Amino acid sequence: MVPWVIGLPLIGAAVLLVGGRHTDRWGPYLATLLPGLSFLLSVILFLHELGAHDKSHVSHLYTWIDAGRLHVGADLLYDQLSSLFLLLITGVGTLIHVYSLGYMAHDPRRRRFFGYLNLFVAAMLTLVLAENYLVLFLGWEGVGLASYLLIGFWQHKPSAAAAAKKAFVMNRVGDMGLSLAIALCFVTFGSTSFAVVSHGVAHASEERMTILGLLLLLGACGKSAQLPLQAWLLDAMEGPTPVSALIHAATMVTAGVYLMVRSNFVLDVAPGARTAVVVVAVVTLLWGAIIGCAKDDIKKVLAGSTMSQIGYMMLAAGLGPAGYAFAIFHLLTHGFFKANMFLGAGSVMHGMTGPDGEGDVDMRHYGALRTAMPVTFLTFAMGYLAIIGFPGFSGFWSKDKIIDAALHEHWYVGALALLGAGITAFYMTRLMLMTFFGERRWLDGVHPHESPKVMTGPLVALAALSVLGGLLLLGSWIQDYLEPVVGAPPEDSSGLPAWFASVLTVLVVACGVALAWLLVGRRPVAATSPQQVAWPVTVARHDLYGDAINDTMVVAPGRRLTGVLLSVDRYGVDGVLTGGPFAVGALAGVFRRLQNGYVRSYALSVLGGGLVIVLALMVVNWQ
Amino acid sequence: MSDVTPYLVLSAILFTIGCTGVLIRRNAIVVFMCVELMLNAANLALVAFSRQHGNLDGQVAAFFVMVVAAAEVVIGLAIIMTIFRTRRSASVDEASLLKW
Repeated sequence: MVPWVIGLPLIGAAVLLVGGRHTDRWGPYLATLLPGLSFLLSVILFLHELGAHDKSHVSHLYTWIDAGRLHVGADLLYDQLSSLFLLLITGVGTLIHVYSLGYMAHDPRRRRFFGYLNLFVAAMLTLVLAENYLVLFLGWEGVGLASYLLIGFWQHKPSAAAAAKKAFVMNRVGDMGLSLAIALCFVTFGSTSFAVVSHGVAHASEERMTILGLLLLLGACGKSAQLPLQAWLLDAMEGPTPVSALIHAATMVTAGVYLMVRSNFVLDVAPGARTAVVVVAVVTLLWGAIIGCAKDDIKKVLAGSTMSQIGYMMLAAGLGPAGYAFAIFHLLTHGFFKANMFLGAGSVMHGMTGPDGEGDVDMRHYGALRTAMPVTFLTFAMGYLAIIGFPGFSGFWSKDKIIDAALHEHWYVGALALLGAGITAFYMTRLMLMTFFGERRWLDGVHPHESPKVMTGPLVALAALSVLGGLLLLGSWIQDYLEPVVGAPPEDSSGLPAWFASVLTVLVVACGVALAWLLVGRRPVAATSPQQVAWPVTVARHDLYGDAINDTMVVAPGRRLTGVLLSVDRYGVDGVLTGGPFAVGALAGVFRRLQNGYVRSYALSVLGGGLVIVLALMVVNWQ
Repeated sequence: MSDVTPYLVLSAILFTIGCTGVLIRRNAIVVFMCVELMLNAANLALVAFSRQHGNLDGQVAAFFVMVVAAAEVVIGLAIIMTIFRTRRSASVDEASLLKW
């Protein structure tokens, strides 16, 4: 049954992309139905396994590679970790498909769009169901391909094409890390299977495991938009909004976190790599949050927020057995509320479509939308309360647990995570105030209206999940459920009571909200972004100069290196090959002057030749 | 057996004159005449050696040379005529188009 979970969306993608124009009419509906069936299968599998004792089982499809010592089977592993991912990917994925039926209703290329969406879901399912790193890599690359196709879906826009290329290239850097990690696995353990590797780590040297952990982290950084490979995520907003929701909530960026948690056996024996994960995660979560504060583009605020929230998950993964389960927990709740908010943002853009047919993303043109779009507002508000960690909502439980675990690890890691929570509250409140409250700043010819039911339906479902996602923690359910995969969390050793972190978090969040109210809510919002701003704002508006850093550190030296190699090739390698013929040609140019057309000079040559022969004969016959 | 040295000396002198003419004169007719002079110098040498050796081989060879020279004159004069018709000149230096 497990292969069918992947197979259904894959069939959908094949039918839509190969079938061509014939499927235009019914293709999108088929593409929505198949992930839905996949979701049903996942639910059945989940309920079925819930009662069983041994929940993990491997299904061997066929032998994929059998060469020398390398045996790789196309094996799928269904266990607790993949079961949760299956539910998230197919569930949220299906809702996004339904939403897209409304959002992309008037796009002439929507069949292709749905084909790509199905491909995306199928690739992500392959990734989380893989039993060895190589099959995981297959899904990993599939996700990269699908994201490239979808980010650049509106390929007539040069910015979209560039954004897609950027995402693809930056992902390649991370993929290099992952492929090296796979090679290292094979060299060390003779296999890439999770089971073999997890048994082998105990006997491997810590040094090698640290290298393996760092390579895996590089891979995760690329896919999950963590520093230093974060720059593609903000540009990826060029894609249609449902794609952003899919990338940020259910697929793609969660792959890095999945990889980290799945490789928990490696991280457990490599404290150095774990420290690196924590450092990357903390820097990223602050980096993304700061970017989110300065953007006027509603989707870019949410993109910065995703970076930041993924940072929380990576942080939890870096904390070791104390955090793995919470990383997954936050990943699930984040999947709910971020999909909710992205689709909500799409709904707002849909409502704010101007006379030119382009959805407006500038929050400075919004304001007072709570009356015009009540359903979108209410559902978005649920997502908002969840992400800032309002007590009782899903984000409260998940983020709180991560901050708590971070405080146990090191007080300064916890403090930075707390600071991140405060900034999150600030920028999300700013977004809410600028979009749904205040006075109307609508442009001429824009008539905000509520979106059709096919779009608000998924919003309501996701809003409900955003509110209730915390139930997974009831009685430490998720920790117990994931324990066979990620190991038991250590006993609490710090003196801090459990409520301490919660109270602290709520206080910091309240400060963030209050600050946003003071700076944004009380004052009228300018219609264009003010140019006279303090330097931190300028820096944040430029994504903390992430692109400039990449350009000077990587792109420019790379270009110079290419230039040097090119001249070596042109003058060195080519020079050797063309030098010989050139020398012959030059010599011939000198000697052909002898052929001057004057008969007398030829006659002289003949005479000279004759004399030489006669003299030679005389010398030879000299007695 | 008579001494043929004077004949050979005369042959060498004639050959040298002809050779020098071919090398330094520009008029095609004169060059041609010099070529004939060289051929006849060779004939003289052949006949002289024939006399010295007392057989007829050299004389037979001289006849062959004469035949070749006659054929050569026919073709050579025709070429010179054609060149003169097109270029209005019989200078060998003018006809130097066939080169690099």
